[in-house]
Amino acid sequence: MELNANIPSGPLAEKWDNHRFSSKLVNPANRRKYRIIVVGTGLAGASASATLAEQGYEVSTFCIQDSPRRAHSIAAQGGINAAKNYQNDGDSIQRLFYDTIKGGDFRSREANVYRLAQVSNNIIDQCVAQGVPFAREYGGTLANRSFGGAQVSRTFYARGQTGQQLLLGAYSALSRQIKNGKVTMHTRQEMMDLVLVDGKARGIVTRDIISGKLSSHSADAVILATGGYGNAYFLSTNAMASNVTAAWRAHKKGAGFANPCFVQIHPTCIPVHGHFQSKLTLMSESLRNDGRVWVPKKPGDSRRPGSIPEEERDYYLESKYPSFGNLVPRDVASRNAKEQCDEGKGVGTTNLAVYLDFAEAIQRDGKATILKKYGNLFQMYEKITASNPLHEPMMIYPAVHYTMGGLWVDYNLMTTIPGLFAIGECNFSDHGANRLGASALMQGLADGYFIVGTCIANYLGSNPLATVEASEQPFTEALKQVQANIARLLKSSEGGPEGKLTVDEIHKELGLLLWDHCGMARNKEGLEKALKELPLIQKKFWDTVYIPGTGEELNQSLERAGRLADFLEFAEIMIRDALAREESCGCHLREESQTEENEAKRDDAGYSHVSVWEHMGDGEEPTLHKEDLIFENVTPSQRSYK
Amino acid sequence: MSIDTIDLSLEIWRQKDSKATGNFETYALQNISTGMSFLEMLDVLNENLTRAGKDPVAFDHDCREGICGMCGAVINGVAHGPEPETTLCQLHMRHFKTGDTLVIEPFRSRAFPIRKDLITDRSALDRIIQAGGYVSVNTGGTPDGNTIPIPSATAELAMDAASCIGCGACVASCPNGAAMLFTGAKISQLCLLPQGQPERTERALAMVKAMDTEGFGNCTNERECEAVCPKGISIRNIARMNKEFVKATFFG
Ligand SMILES: Cc1cc2nc3c(=O)[nH]c(=O)nc-3n(C[C@H](O)[C@H](O)[C@H](O)COP(=O)(O)OP(=O)(O)OC[C@H]3O[C@@H](n4cnc5c(N)ncnc54)[C@H](O)[C@@H]3O)c2cc1C
Ligand code: SF4
Ligand code: FES
Repeated sequence: MELNANIPSGPLAEKWDNHRFSSKLVNPANRRKYRIIVVGTGLAGASASATLAEQGYEVSTFCIQDSPRRAHSIAAQGGINAAKNYQNDGDSIQRLFYDTIKGGDFRSREANVYRLAQVSNNIIDQCVAQGVPFAREYGGTLANRSFGGAQVSRTFYARGQTGQQLLLGAYSALSRQIKNGKVTMHTRQEMMDLVLVDGKARGIVTRDIISGKLSSHSADAVILATGGYGNAYFLSTNAMASNVTAAWRAHKKGAGFANPCFVQIHPTCIPVHGHFQSKLTLMSESLRNDGRVWVPKKPGDSRRPGSIPEEERDYYLESKYPSFGNLVPRDVASRNAKEQCDEGKGVGTTNLAVYLDFAEAIQRDGKATILKKYGNLFQMYEKITASNPLHEPMMIYPAVHYTMGGLWVDYNLMTTIPGLFAIGECNFSDHGANRLGASALMQGLADGYFIVGTCIANYLGSNPLATVEASEQPFTEALKQVQANIARLLKSSEGGPEGKLTVDEIHKELGLLLWDHCGMARNKEGLEKALKELPLIQKKFWDTVYIPGTGEELNQSLERAGRLADFLEFAEIMIRDALAREESCGCHLREESQTEENEAKRDDAGYSHVSVWEHMGDGEEPTLHKEDLIFENVTPSQRSYK
Repeated sequence: MSIDTIDLSLEIWRQKDSKATGNFETYALQNISTGMSFLEMLDVLNENLTRAGKDPVAFDHDCREGICGMCGAVINGVAHGPEPETTLCQLHMRHFKTGDTLVIEPFRSRAFPIRKDLITDRSALDRIIQAGGYVSVNTGGTPDGNTIPIPSATAELAMDAASCIGCGACVASCPNGAAMLFTGAKISQLCLLPQGQPERTERALAMVKAMDTEGFGNCTNERECEAVCPKGISIRNIARMNKEFVKATFFG
């Protein structure tokens, strides 16, 4: 597997400009001859589909949900970053670049991150022009807040519904192109496989979720915008239909998968409180601006929080990290919460929670001020838990939230399969090991609105492509394979449910294995154990999963089973990747690699690279390749929060 | 968090596909934790049905956070159930008590054909947006965001309208099957903002026409839509839409 990142030469600030100049173009009159498939209608997919259609290409777009507006991006709350410096507080493209690369713990590419910072400003202009109702100052200018410990206010927001409003903006641009006939929208269609012709990505096989009908679609290039794989853990803050299938299928056809072990765990989620739980709800991180995190000092102390006197409480973040206190970064806050619970000091019915207490803030600023700041979050918490944070501290616990790994792409967002592009959370490119808040939305829209168009033109302009039709052999073969896979999934259900397991039961088992051994903290022993146990769960799945119904109808159990089958295979490279990375960086804590003060210890000499996995065939060990990261413009520095 | 449990009787609409006729089936469900969401309760039912070799109940859902607009069913005659401003996925079982019978059926409307059980096809709402629920601006070449100043109160009003999640509860609860709350919200958002002005007239005409073409009914001020809307969208948006439509019709 060759990993040429194709980073343009020249000074950092001029790379993107130079690259755009040297990229091939497609004459506007010729664009309508090219067909492009976009899978996914989140921020990345919807913005890419709309933009490419505006440019004149024939676009076919696919999503699982009943409407493109429902993609998981809709749920993002906090905001989106840009280097506008509207607040005159010293922000700049250079600073956004630096903060993002440092936030990724120096495990991402300089050139990509710089480009992201450059186009961030265009994103805001684009969304404003679409009518996205961003928050405004009284004078009518755009409002900003600071986010995730950044020292400048560069985050744009629309109440607590930024993802929703940005997605509806992109969805409206997409809707306009659907009406124009330039985008053919396929809803409730799941991509089941990628089709290659002469080694190039030329189409996909999909399953109609309503009828179960399989069909093939051909194109000149395929763009995957299918989001992240956090649902491998079963419980996460992701939407229920988020999955790894499209990316994994592409991986099995030759696309390298980068940094699969980089998973962001968010510290402030509503804790698990029963085994029926399907979903973990995120509570905005901004709560840590005023909430104080604590647990009882004595393990097993089951008194109500109000009856635990001040001196018997442990405000562990404040005492351990005096300069950052409750505002330590996400990974540090998450790990410390787990540590307290592991020591038996967790609270709530499951003992897997810590308190986030607003009592002091309320006493200091008054109820009204606190409610003004966090009222909607308090309401949301009360709706779910029936407890009012004005009277009793919130209970929070970390949850799987965002995945920084994804399909490996070069500077052109192209995977190792020619003609296959990956954008948004589905690729690995800009976040390194520890994504900061408000940068995933930025990346999805940067890729979709402003980057992929140039890259697609360059690819089409420099690669003569023979016409292919979906009726040709590689397509019919792929379709047959998908059919066979579905038959295999249904095989163990013959003879009824007796003694068998449901899809969710097995998914929960996988989730637990990953959470325990490949979650917030990892060590060699645990990862090796997980690698041994994984095949047992895989075998259990294939031998004993019970799926009612058939493949030729609306069958939600079958849909989930197909996605789980891919998670079960994917988990292997996740664990192997964590095992191979013997350093700690960002959200990836290898317990063996810690400083004397128990902080994550990075190893730049040994691990300043992207780990890229190559599929060698079913049952074969995957091969690890490395893309070295070269830092010419920043000097990696160690993090310290003491 | 309490860990009380309740026992329920469920009467659920079962329909194999669009062509089949449907009917209610009754299921008894025990030991439902009151901390569960309504959809988690349905998950439990489905696990039981699956283990018993029966067909689980098909229902739509995705975010389970009250924001994607994908979930929705009518519970005892009320779209999204009894709690105000709450989607089905955010409705918790503590609002019910042991012995309750819950009648669960899909959003019913001529414009929303049933696909299976509680799953309906709400793509008519997408087609209303496609008719004009956007600002015609291509990617790139847009002016700096701050060159379009918008008073914060106006931005807030636009945001109130923009927060519609497209769930379709308003349609399902309207005796006339009108989609006017949904359409009114989008028309309002865009006509309140300077960006929406150039296409204001055209948009109002096209979107209202699309509603008719899709077979949605007309508003007769029943206010049922506002009562069930999980996002608290106000019927003032319908008034604003009507005004826009009249202005567009008579004054072009
Ligand atoms: C609760 C929450 C809050 C967040 N808050 C923030 C925030 O404040 N700021 C920030 O920057 N980021 C935030 N994030 C992260 C951010 O929302 C995501 O990273 C981003 O939205 C991903 O966008 P995407 O377009 O790449 O993918 P998604 O929005 O996940 O879209 C994936 C699309 O792919 C489709 N799809 C998937 N598989 C298939 C298949 N096999 N066949 C067909 N279609 C398929 C789906 O239907 C969907 O349309 C948050 C995330 C969560 C969960
Ligand atoms: S107006 Fe309310 S009820 Fe109607 S679709 Fe929008 S959110 Fe749902
Ligand atoms: S599942 Fe998204 S709103 Fe209920």
